[in-house]
Amino acid sequence: MDLALHEKKIPIIKIHDFLIVSIQVDMHDKLAIQLQAQILEEIEKTGAKGVLIDISVLEMVDSFIGRMLSGMASMASIMDAAVVIVGMQPAVAITLVELGLEMPGVDTALNMEKGIEMLQERLDSEFI
Amino acid sequence: MDEITFDNNWEQLGKYPIQTEHDIVKVRQLVRHYAKEARMGIVEQTRVTTAVSELFRNMYNYAGGGEVLIERGVVESKRALIVTCLDEGPGIEDLELAMKDGYTSGMGMGYGLPGTKRLVDRFEIQTKVGKGTTVRIMKWR
Repeated sequence: MDLALHEKKIPIIKIHDFLIVSIQVDMHDKLAIQLQAQILEEIEKTGAKGVLIDISVLEMVDSFIGRMLSGMASMASIMDAAVVIVGMQPAVAITLVELGLEMPGVDTALNMEKGIEMLQERLDSEFI
Repeated sequence: MDEITFDNNWEQLGKYPIQTEHDIVKVRQLVRHYAKEARMGIVEQTRVTTAVSELFRNMYNYAGGGEVLIERGVVESKRALIVTCLDEGPGIEDLELAMKDGYTSGMGMGYGLPGTKRLVDRFEIQTKVGKGTTVRIMKWR
């Protein structure tokens, strides 16, 4: 079982000031928690100002993953990095709302390109 | 609360244990498979998969695991996918409170039952303190 956990470690890619994470597997809870810690460590290590999390492949987001994502957004913001969730499927969005799960502090974008623009604008405005 | 009964005319699609986090993932993927097979739309598939994921996690977190029965049958002349979650955990002391919306908020320590109920067409629950809980959901197609 431990082996399976390691096999599925989700890669984090750094491009300029941003970290890009693409979740390609149906995450079990430990993997989600592990990813959360991994991203925060990577923010610390690289000084990244933004994190883009692509969930376009995820067929469902239940309350656990939803809470993980919003928890990560607030932790990242304490570390001066913004989190944008990218590419949520319409069916997932509908289900999340019906489930009654609020994700305060979580910004979303339709796709990776829009997400990067969003973070870039935010970064630019900080220097004015 | 009505007794949860079983219908012998339902076709059993499988019985699976929920003992690990991997089981949660595996069995919810199976439920999606059957939802797809029943030609449910993508939103319906997502609803039922999310609903069972919540229920499986409850069993895993609060009851030390349990068993899932997946069936298909006809209920009130509607074709239904039926998922029953059985555990022998501590049971729910205040079911009325657990079914109240808002109970899930806060630290996420609630059972998430009201939200789960909204995602399905029928939701039945039976619980006995010290004995366990059975939750059954149905989705029409």
